Parts: sequence; structure tokens; C-alpha cells
Amino acid sequence: MSLTREEVKHIAALARLELTEDEITRYQKELARILDYVGQLQEVDTAGIEPTAQVTGLVNRLREDKSILVDEEARKCLLSAAPDREGDYFKVKAVFE
Amino acid sequence: MHLYELDVVATAEGLRQKEFSSVEATQAYLERIDNLNPKLNAYLTVAAAEALAAAKTADERRRRGEDGNLLGVPLAIKDNITTVGIRTTAASKILENYQSAYDATVIKKLKDAGAVILGKTNLDEFAHGASTENSAFGPTKNPWDTTRVPGGSSGGSAAAVASDLCAGALGSDTGGSIRYPATFCGVVGLKTSYGRVSRSGLLSMTSSTDVIGPITKSIHDAAVLLQTIAGPDSLDQTTYPKSPRDNEYAEAISTRADLKGLRFGVPKEWLSVGGLTAGVAKMIKEAIGTVQKLGGEVVDVSLPYAKYGIPVYYVITPSEISANLARYDGIRYGYHATEATNLFDVYAKSRGKGFGPEAKRRIMIGTYALSHGYYDAYYLQAQKVRTIICQDFDKVFKSVDAIIGPAAPHVAFKLGAKVSDPLKMYLEDIFMSPASLAGLPSLVLPAGFAKPEEGGEEMPVGLQIIGRRFDEAALFAIGHCFEQATEHHIRRPKL
Repeated sequence: MSLTREEVKHIAALARLELTEDEITRYQKELARILDYVGQLQEVDTAGIEPTAQVTGLVNRLREDKSILVDEEARKCLLSAAPDREGDYFKVKAVFE
Repeated sequence: MHLYELDVVATAEGLRQKEFSSVEATQAYLERIDNLNPKLNAYLTVAAAEALAAAKTADERRRRGEDGNLLGVPLAIKDNITTVGIRTTAASKILENYQSAYDATVIKKLKDAGAVILGKTNLDEFAHGASTENSAFGPTKNPWDTTRVPGGSSGGSAAAVASDLCAGALGSDTGGSIRYPATFCGVVGLKTSYGRVSRSGLLSMTSSTDVIGPITKSIHDAAVLLQTIAGPDSLDQTTYPKSPRDNEYAEAISTRADLKGLRFGVPKEWLSVGGLTAGVAKMIKEAIGTVQKLGGEVVDVSLPYAKYGIPVYYVITPSEISANLARYDGIRYGYHATEATNLFDVYAKSRGKGFGPEAKRRIMIGTYALSHGYYDAYYLQAQKVRTIICQDFDKVFKSVDAIIGPAAPHVAFKLGAKVSDPLKMYLEDIFMSPASLAGLPSLVLPAGFAKPEEGGEEMPVGLQIIGRRFDEAALFAIGHCFEQATEHHIRRPKL
């Protein structure tokens, strides 16, 4: 299979990745090769086979619905990890233009 | 005998007998790390002050009469497992200065047991790779030949164990990341059953196959480490509800003097695979001979769909990665592109610059495979083939107790030999991905040495033993028996 530059740019935009022109050229080739390779899965007859998402056999395990307080140290650590903040708020660019 | 040459069990015994203190053992490692880490790049962060403080506390606990198999024992931790007080980078620029607010559950358990954390070890960025060359902070070198890769992604942990830069280590395995470097570095590595060990605090990669497990100098050490870190955890709802019995794994070590009464299956497809080198094939045949000499019955088995393990893995893995790595958005933590002018650019520029080439490659494959119109053809089909691979194993385990075979088709390759071809690197997982997809425990242990095809020093070869789900005890019993009958694990690299 082959991918166009436009397709690579579209995938990168969906994935929120800014790529350089060189990267687009490189991924255009590499992704096509990898997708070709995994394409061999199409030859397997999977009629009537259920998909496996995970193998524990466990379903819908829920924890108790209660909040857990973090201590002051952890709170400080979480907040100070933000690259841009004002007081106890994370600063972000406008969501609606 | 230097203190750093001791394994986990011997270190604990020395501490128990008051032959030395944890501070002395820790200092011996820190000094050796100082000397050798510039050459090997096994550690990304050495936590000298924290380690010495933990060692002092452990010595104090022993003075008060406490005992424990890890109390005061110096360990290394793969740098995709969170640790309070020591940065967690995942070997990525996007998390270069990341400080976690909480300890991973395995770290909490190790700290409670009094283990000393020497530092955090190198890996392929976010554990994406088989050689540790995808680290943003430079590759780790193989201690047996520093022009070769240590395997990956837990290459730092495996190299640290092989070169006596720690008594034992933790790694993580998604499609071979504990077993592959263990093979290349000539140490023991255990991929635990999916759900055996809590992943709370392990940076998520492929949530449906990620596991944490030990990398050690001996099977007994692996048993001791797993005993401490295993068990259910309310912070990870995929953990198996039943804990191992007290001392179950240590006891498993001494249950067998031979392998009589056990049946071992050798997947016939694995020994006829193209690319299995003569040197590795010879050592695996010898290992099979050892199993027979120990009384084990060896039969041919067939895993006809295991050959689809890699294509299934390289659909499921990038898909789950594209979702899991969406959290690195440049807003709450991690690298943030300051030049961005709008929200989209904050995401795209932070991620575009913060992630390395392989992380981006996988995010893009996954995004494509999950996108509208392609989901059924890729992800859903891969999950169905995954079911067939699991059924292959179920069938085989009806007639055998364990599956044995090679861990890697060849010995450690040269640094740079495969970096220009990502698909070639993916094919490295050929004997690794099936057990991961089926969630089975798989143990890799030293099975000899072979010269690389292209010439050079002899390099380690590993034997892989796959067991029944949640029966790590059986693997320890078999592995220990094999280890006692061979001397491969005693040889250490000259550094």
C-alpha cells in the first residue's frame, strides 16, 4: 500500500503531532511498509472468532465510589509539575476562539 | 569477593549474618556505578543520597531485630516506574524533569520491605523498542561487548544486573522487554502473568499486555522479588484477585531435585524459523538435552498461529499507545512548547518536539489503525487473531506442563545495526510476542554462549520457558532445577 503526504499529515493532525517535512517524507515510507506487513493478518480466517481485549477473564470491576484525599506534599508536587500556571490553576490557551 | 558481586539472596544473608551493613553494600554499588556507568549508560538517574538514607534506615530496622529478604538490599528500577523523590523520565525528552507525586505500587511494596533503590535505569523511550537505542538519553551498552546492544526495552536494568551495578532489578515487559534484554545480557528475566503484579505507577504503554517483573542474577532472586511485588491492588483493577501464598515462590525453588514427571513442549515452528542462527540453535538443543537428562520428557508441539504474533502485536500495541500517550499534552506536566500560539499548537508542538521518532511512529500507526473505516480491518482483526493465538496455547497446555524454546533468534547485535529499519527491529520480538498476547508467564534464563554470525566475542544465549497462567511457581521450580544443572549463570562479563 502507499500513503500520500496529505494522508500522513492528516494522521499527524489527528494524533496532535507536529512533523517536519523530513519526518513526513520518512513516515510516509515507513508507515506504508509497516501497514503492508501487518496486512498479512487479513489472510487469517476469523469467521466466528470473538476478539480478545484482555486475558484476565475479569469484567467490570469497580472500586468504591469515594474520593481519596492526597496529602499536601503530593498536591504541591502535582501542581508544580505544570509548565504554566497561575496560583493553583493550570494555564491553557483559549479553548474557544 | 566484592559486595557488589552478591545476588539478592546472598546480600540478604550477609546482612542477616551481620557480615556487612546495607550502607556498605550500597556504597560498594554506588562506587561501581560511578566507575562503570559512563561506559555502559545503564542508569539514567543515580539516587545516591536517597539510597544511602534508605540503607541507613534498613540497617536501623535490622538492629531493632527486624529481618526480611529485601531489607537493605540495593536494587535498580526501570525508569518507566514512578518513584517519589527520584525523577521518572521514561527515557523521553517529554518527561525529562518529571517528578511523580506518588510511588508505583511495586515501589511502595519494595520500600515497605526495606529495599534500597540505587537509581533508575535506561530504556527505549516509553519502552518502545528491543535494543534500548530509542532512549532519548543515549543507548545502554551490552556489558559483554560494549559495541553491542543490551536488548530492550529494559536494557538498562538487564545491563545493570549483568555488570553488578545492582543486586537485582525491576523491568517491564509488553512484548519481550524483560526477556529480550535478559537474553542478550545473560541474566534471568521473568515476564509475569498478566494481572499478577499491579501496574499502578507503571507508565502505560499497551495496557492489555504491560506487566512488571524481576531481572536478576538467579532464579531464586527472581522468586524473592516476585513474592514481594505480586498480588491484587485496588489501584489496578486488572490484577488477579488471588495473592500468591506466603513464601510460595521461595518454596517452589526447593520442591524439585529433577524434572521427572514433567512434559515439555518444543514448538516445532520455532526451531525451523528462518533467521534462527546456528549458534543459538545449538545452545537451545543442548538446553533441551539438559532438560531430558534431568528427567523431563520433551515432545514436539505446534503453535501454528504464533507466527502472527508480531503482526497482531504491532497493530494492538501502537493502537493502545496512541491512546495511552495522548495524556502527554504539554499542559499538566512534561515538556511544553512555549512558542505555541493556540491550543492545537501547544499539543502538536509539545508532542512533536517532546517525543522521539519511534514513539511518534507508533502513535501514528495506532491513530491510523483506530481511525474511522480502518478499525475493523486492523484492530478488530488483530484482536480476533489474538484469540486464535491464545487457543493455540490452551491446546498445547492440555498435554504439556511448559513450553521451551529460544528467546531470541540470534545473540546481541551491533549498536546501530537495525536502527535505520524499524520493521526489522519489530521482527526481533518473534519468540516474545505470543506469550505476551496470551498473558502467560515466561521465564528467560542463561543457556550458554555463542559467537555472533559476523564474528566477535561469545555472547549470552537465553532459554525461554513459558508456563500456565498464574503458575510462576512452576517456572521457578523448573528454572532453578535447570540452573543447578548448568553453569552458564556463573560466568560474568569482564569489565
